[in-house]
Amino acid sequence: MLSTHLPATHSTACVSASSLPARAGLGLKPVHFEHVLSTQPDVGFFEVHAENYMVPGGPLHHHLGRIREHYPLSLHGVGLSIGAEFALDASHLDALAELIARYQPQSFSEHLAWSSHGEAFFNDLLPLPYTAATLDRVCAHVDQVQTRLRRHMLLENPATYVEFEASSMSETEFISEVVRRTGCGLLLDVNNIHVSCINHGRDSRAYLRALPLDRVGEIHLAGFATQMDGAGDPLLIDSHDAPVAEAVWALYADALALTSPVASLLERDNALPAFDVLLAEAARAERMLAGQPPQALIHMAEEAHT
Amino acid sequence: MSAAMHSTQSGFARALLDPAQACPGGLHTWNGSDPARRFAVYRNNVTVSLVDALADTFPVCSALVGEPFFRAMARVFVAERPPQSRVLAFYGRDFPAFVEDFPPAASVPYLADVARLEMMRQEACHAADVEPLAAEVIAGLLAAPAQLPALRIHAHPSVAVLNSRYAVHSLWAAHQGEGELAAVAPMLAQAVMVLRVGLDVHSIVLARGIGVFIEQFIQGAELVVAQQAATASDPDFDLVTALGSLLHWQIITALRTGDDDHEHTD
Repeated sequence: MLSTHLPATHSTACVSASSLPARAGLGLKPVHFEHVLSTQPDVGFFEVHAENYMVPGGPLHHHLGRIREHYPLSLHGVGLSIGAEFALDASHLDALAELIARYQPQSFSEHLAWSSHGEAFFNDLLPLPYTAATLDRVCAHVDQVQTRLRRHMLLENPATYVEFEASSMSETEFISEVVRRTGCGLLLDVNNIHVSCINHGRDSRAYLRALPLDRVGEIHLAGFATQMDGAGDPLLIDSHDAPVAEAVWALYADALALTSPVASLLERDNALPAFDVLLAEAARAERMLAGQPPQALIHMAEEAHT
Repeated sequence: MSAAMHSTQSGFARALLDPAQACPGGLHTWNGSDPARRFAVYRNNVTVSLVDALADTFPVCSALVGEPFFRAMARVFVAERPPQSRVLAFYGRDFPAFVEDFPPAASVPYLADVARLEMMRQEACHAADVEPLAAEVIAGLLAAPAQLPALRIHAHPSVAVLNSRYAVHSLWAAHQGEGELAAVAPMLAQAVMVLRVGLDVHSIVLARGIGVFIEQFIQGAELVVAQQAATASDPDFDLVTALGSLLHWQIITALRTGDDDHEHTD
């Protein structure tokens, strides 16, 4: 299952999968272009969704090119459909290779999910049964991606709403095995861990510790929405439309205690607030990366002294 | 891949786009709750995200018929024609023709052409970056009258023309704060050119003749052929004025002569 084109020396895999700085980054949206270029905010890196830039020319490329001159870049795919039963879309892989050649991102990441079936593309990250057959297919697809792009990728742990009776291994066992077999790195989405563990009645701290944390190349932080399932239990939705929840910040602190400081992205794709609100969330992540206590605790300590 | 595996995603995929289908089997929940409630999250995510993509491309269509009607119409389109590309910027390409044949929208006959104009603007926004040919080069070539009839004009990739039976540009412009919608007489024919200059997309109302002229050379016609077609459709068409407009809009990216494929692009 190991790729024939890549060295199997996995100890270096994370280095090649991500050379993003160990700082906080923000998702880059077109509404931010002018502001970022005119104010050059102190942001560790920006992340864009690859599919949004698979267009021939125009303002998106113009602005991303200029912003890339000043900031490291994470290229995050949402449409590769690595878990699909069908073959990967070769033209989509070509388009990814073209974007990588053009923008030289410090990292390329994708999801443990499927989003297409046959000719139809669903634009959502759909869940997989964790079986030996799925494992073989996902590893073959990750190998194909890494061979075509001539670099290691980061694979993101999913947020899911259902599980499959057919699963014969846990999600963490499955991810660990993909990482071991393919040499890919891990995009540790802390919000997804929280969402999935609430949705499936698991212990998020145990889940975190069962992942190959020595292979984390990037962390994602995001907000979720809360619904209710058929039994009246909370069902969390990975909506990227809200501030990071305190429970997710706590899990992030837990993760940082178990990894070395690593590039951490604040993901906000919907209901975008003012740019300063995003900067404030990034600043909180940076303080935690630097090993400092959260601002709230500093305030509490100051108040206790007065 | 086993047949059983194949059926997992097939069943899931079918049920995603068809609310009449039952929740796929083989799903498990930790607390024994009904998996259908959870599967509905995926169903909703898929439909809402694709309807949102169409709403982003066709804001004026949505305003013309109201958001509830637009989203209901878009939902039917999504279920019938899910995207085949991961690049959603161009998902709307088949939407205008769908709108034209969507019976509940028949009372708004110009809706499909407004959708065409919005899609043209979307295409123009993302079209390839090509530098226009310098005015001196164009002037030099046009000064050689022997070559003129056989010239082929290559337009910037963002350029497209819509010959509508409706006042499609006026309808669109009224939603950009230019004039009152109530003052627009929608049943008057309009030819509109869309193009991108630098980073900005423009829509320009054209006289009938120059609209035909541009359409002709976009399709590869030689200058003399384009001129004849333009004059036939509009006796007021004037070649010198038309060429001046093309220079003004910086549309020309190459001029090729005859079939010798000799290129002047510097």
